[in-house]
Amino acid sequence: MLRQTLNITAMNLRNVLSRKGSSSIIVVGVAGVVAVVVALLSMSEGIKSALTDASHPDRVVVMRTGTQDEVTGWLSGAEVNVLKGIEGIGTASGELVVVVDLVTTQTGKPGVAVARGVGASAFEVRPDLKVVAGRPFQPGKNELLVGVNASETYAGLGLGSTVAFRNQSWDVVGYFDAGGKAHDSEVWMDLPIAQAAFRRDGVVSTARALLDSGRDAALVRERIRQEPRLRADLVGEQDFYAQQSAAKTGLVESFAYLIGAIMGLGAVIAAINTMYASVSTRSVEIGTLRSLGFSNVPVVVSVMVEAMLLALVGGLLGSAIVYLLYDGFASSTLNVGSLSQVAFEFSVTPRLLLVGLTSALLLGAVGGLLPALRAARLPVIAALRSG
Amino acid sequence: MSELIRCTNVCKDYHRGAQSVRVLDNVDFSVEDGAFVALMGPSGSGETTLLNLIGGLDAPTSGEIEVDGLRLDSAGAKSLALWRARSVGFVFQFYNLLPVLNAQRNVELPLLLTRLSRSERRENADLALNIVGLGDRGGHRPGQLSGGQQQRVAIARALVSDPCLLVCDEPTGDLDRTTADEILALLQTLHRELGKTIVMVTHDPKAAHHAEYTLHMDKGKLVAKPGSARPGA
Repeated sequence: MLRQTLNITAMNLRNVLSRKGSSSIIVVGVAGVVAVVVALLSMSEGIKSALTDASHPDRVVVMRTGTQDEVTGWLSGAEVNVLKGIEGIGTASGELVVVVDLVTTQTGKPGVAVARGVGASAFEVRPDLKVVAGRPFQPGKNELLVGVNASETYAGLGLGSTVAFRNQSWDVVGYFDAGGKAHDSEVWMDLPIAQAAFRRDGVVSTARALLDSGRDAALVRERIRQEPRLRADLVGEQDFYAQQSAAKTGLVESFAYLIGAIMGLGAVIAAINTMYASVSTRSVEIGTLRSLGFSNVPVVVSVMVEAMLLALVGGLLGSAIVYLLYDGFASSTLNVGSLSQVAFEFSVTPRLLLVGLTSALLLGAVGGLLPALRAARLPVIAALRSG
Repeated sequence: MSELIRCTNVCKDYHRGAQSVRVLDNVDFSVEDGAFVALMGPSGSGETTLLNLIGGLDAPTSGEIEVDGLRLDSAGAKSLALWRARSVGFVFQFYNLLPVLNAQRNVELPLLLTRLSRSERRENADLALNIVGLGDRGGHRPGQLSGGQQQRVAIARALVSDPCLLVCDEPTGDLDRTTADEILALLQTLHRELGKTIVMVTHDPKAAHHAEYTLHMDKGKLVAKPGSARPGA
């Protein structure tokens, strides 16, 4: 049976070349589906990566209990001081997170950027952050240290230039690189200057802290909960960014699968038609093989294999197109949590390619099944007469 | 000689919607092992249907068909397929060769259903091609061969698994007279020298003359015609 199947399948595949036109319908249809789905998923992957990869396993975010994002949170300076005294907290940085109006380079229209007022301790809790051009802002001055992605996302943030918001002028004195991730879309400034400009005297939005090495975050969280002078909760930075990205990526992924399903339905119908035509073209051949004593199984398998191989070629084509056009493609999107733009790069990962190719095979299998069954059920005499 | 084919009260009906058309009507006949029989009749008289039943490609509506010891009317699809692979060689009017395979691979096809090794299969295919006089055309694809040569390849394919019965459906219907005579002579050789039983449907009286005897059909029944009786009958 295996030999029959292999031989008939091989014969059938040789026939595919003589049916290039109809076969290409499956290839192009599936390539389109895979390209769209993988492109959308690579966008989601990129956003996820932008928001989570900068996280440090020992770095935590301390926020007012009940708040979900940094912009709406608040802690008093006194609470930050209490936090610094909690056992297990190594370094803590109270930070004011606000949004400012800037013009986006992509559209030339007003957009919002995250501005973060920080003190010197912000750099201590983020040892991986580097100033890559210019210098850090000086305390007490209206100076901005701009994330490398923000410098490209927003207009007027060239090194040495001056930008205006909150009725004040701000000098861009340097760029920082946080590893191509969320902070890179932000502009940083001195905390007391930010508190004055945004009328948040003595208040910060959240605190970032590095746990002492080897400390259990759950234990520290429990200590914070039991501390009566603090009404705050601790969340790991990775979890925090995962929550931030979940809404956005969930939406993108749902959209990807919805569009994929709709397009996939079209591709399956095209595949079914193509394979019906293929079976029809080969019906005399199928009838001849059956009259010689070949059974149904190799016929079914050969039709299925043909459909799946054509779909796989389509999947490879779609994946290749997306990889070449989109992998690393820089874009930005609105972060729902902060209502600000987050720069990200489309990321066509091996996992997504696998998803694309698996989808292609599935489309091929579904598209080939009915024609394969029809081929198997075709009476020998009817098949022989169809020529 | 023993009987190779025995048909008893064979009927075959085709249904078109609610309408039933009787194509074979209580056909009784037998064919001895090693005979060469022509089946003739006007178009639509049921001769091809009878051939398909004898070849195990179709099932009768009623009646019994026994060929080479197997009751075809009660056999399942799987055992019929196995039986066809072992006992019957088919020769079609339009050759039915697979265009993507060369002559040798076309002839080798039925042997894929056996346990023969690849080299044994190739050896047998070459032998069959030699028998039909195309030993030097094994590498040619059907499109590179003439109609007569394609039919010879088809006959080689029918022969290669050494079946006891060759079932030929208008084997010369698509060929010119000279080529048709060559093919019929080849069938005669296979019958005389290899002892193959051959049942051939034809509308050509000259082709029928190559057979040992002719059975005539009309309106689904076998009819007697002068000069068409089987030897010794």
